[in-house]
Amino acid sequence: MSQGERRSGKGDRVMVPPAEFRSYYGRQVVKTPVWRHDVAAYLFTGGLAAGAALVAAGADLTGRPALRTTGRLTALAAIGASGYFLINDLGRPSRFHHMLRVAKPTSPMSVGTWVFSAFGAAAGVAAVAEAAPWLPRDGVVGLAARALPAAGRAGGLAAAAAAPALATYTAVLLSDTATPAWHEAYPRLPFVFAGSALASGGAAGLIGAPIAQAGPARTLAVAGAALELTATHGVEHRMGLLSEPFRQGRAGRLLRAARLLTAAGAAGALFGGRNRVVSALSGAALLAGSVATRYGVFEAGKASAEDPKYTVLPQRERLATRPPG
Amino acid sequence: MTGPNSYFGPIDPAPDAGYVDAPPRMGFFTDTSVCIGCKACEVACKEWNGIPDDGFNLLGMSYDNTGGLSANTWRHVAFIEQESPSEASMDVLREAERTVSTQFLGMPSSTLPGATGREDRDLRWLMMSNVCKHCTHAACLDVCPTGALFRTEFGTVVVQEDICNGCGYCIPACPYGVIDQRKDDGRAWKCTLCYDRIGEGMTPACAQACPTQSIQYGELDELRDRAAKRVEVLHQRGVPEAKLYGHDPADGVGGDGAFFLLLDEPEVYGLPPDPVVTTRDLPSMWKHAGVAALTMAAAAVVAFLGRRP
Repeated sequence: MSQGERRSGKGDRVMVPPAEFRSYYGRQVVKTPVWRHDVAAYLFTGGLAAGAALVAAGADLTGRPALRTTGRLTALAAIGASGYFLINDLGRPSRFHHMLRVAKPTSPMSVGTWVFSAFGAAAGVAAVAEAAPWLPRDGVVGLAARALPAAGRAGGLAAAAAAPALATYTAVLLSDTATPAWHEAYPRLPFVFAGSALASGGAAGLIGAPIAQAGPARTLAVAGAALELTATHGVEHRMGLLSEPFRQGRAGRLLRAARLLTAAGAAGALFGGRNRVVSALSGAALLAGSVATRYGVFEAGKASAEDPKYTVLPQRERLATRPPG
Repeated sequence: MTGPNSYFGPIDPAPDAGYVDAPPRMGFFTDTSVCIGCKACEVACKEWNGIPDDGFNLLGMSYDNTGGLSANTWRHVAFIEQESPSEASMDVLREAERTVSTQFLGMPSSTLPGATGREDRDLRWLMMSNVCKHCTHAACLDVCPTGALFRTEFGTVVVQEDICNGCGYCIPACPYGVIDQRKDDGRAWKCTLCYDRIGEGMTPACAQACPTQSIQYGELDELRDRAAKRVEVLHQRGVPEAKLYGHDPADGVGGDGAFFLLLDEPEVYGLPPDPVVTTRDLPSMWKHAGVAALTMAAAAVVAFLGRRP
């Protein structure tokens, strides 16, 4: 083997046959995403905001005021944190508003910007409406206070309408790259993120609302956890060589932790849901599981960009199976 | 202006981007069989475009201490030392060396220093000046959320530095690993195909500086013809490994505006063997996300309808 070639197989599992490939001094072909941990954190907070907005709207329509308040405040706090993370990650944070120059369907980030803006405004109105009971009932302020609940409902429903898009576009954001593990995962990643968002939104309800009102939040948390676990399993095992980055190194550790936390949280919510303490602890486990899932997926993509084998081998395979001409 | 091939397939990018009466598409043909590794292209590019240095690194990779294309390296010369597959392929490389005084410059050569006539080694140096491909379907441009990246009237792809806000999306989107973030600056930078020069009818700095015409600039159609003829000549001379890379409008990126003649497999030079623009799969990605989104909404409806308090 001459210089410029290298053998893969170090630390590979038996299920992936060691493949030989050539490279330029073992250097990576595609660039590693320059996104910092802010973006991984946003994947979580954006999903949490979406899940919480759905819980809040459902609670509002079915007369569960404590669950509604929890959902609306969580949604606003999470979308606020999201805004911070997204702007902080920019190379030029002071130019964040340049995102609003265009609306481009070919750019998931541009689509996301507009979904985010619509959701943020609606979730903001819904959360502010929660202040209505503390405002005086007289004068101009009183007039506003009396209009707040209706505005809150409209804002809450609008936020809930945007929520599924907010929770799933981030999967397209990661997949619409040449980062091998992210791109390959595009049919599965939206379901990982949808499940993770429902689980975390439901978890917020389990923590913040009394048992009597938290029923639907519990259902959503368990259903979301099941979707998150199933879809993540597919990402980890059904993508051949490109599943490897999801099982190895830091990403592998994070996703194993995510599985434990999510499964424990779902079990706790399912069987201990009548106990306020168990309920809240289950919610905390689900939130932690969701965080670990997002960071795990984020790290797996970076790892897949850093090793040229994940770029070269699948492309070689594609060329080998392509009919000549 | 959006047509059926706007996101994938053969197309002329400038008219597709909305230019009326666009000039011919311009590009580079980089013939690595005549590259002598002098790095004049790297230096000329830095000088003309005012690019900061990359620091002083010793990478232990032959004559390459830059490593690859980056925000601060828009032309990069790769050096590969390997056994020559045939005497004919050595002859081709030696011919390129004779076009300039490589020994005086201290350039890598197939002969021992000072030696003339017959060589006693079968080591060959592959050298290749890499650059932004100015793809027909440019993923960096597709994903840019600010419109900082745009298609020029010449069919090239350029970043507007006063618009870029450093979101970094173009960087993982590029299937060739070309565009990168400048750390102390935060914005994304890459080759502009000297947009400021070609608009004045001038040749890009790297092609202007190349002493062996390894880097050829011109109308893309003409360059493709010229490249096909060069490959034919090399095949006739007994160098069957000579092949074009990025010349085919039917490839995964719709053909490159900057394409290459290579003497080994693309991955040996650090190039992806079969790049595909990620945007090809974007419609399917949105569909999958749509189904996932509907699943979320349905789950919420069922969870709340199932039980009224």
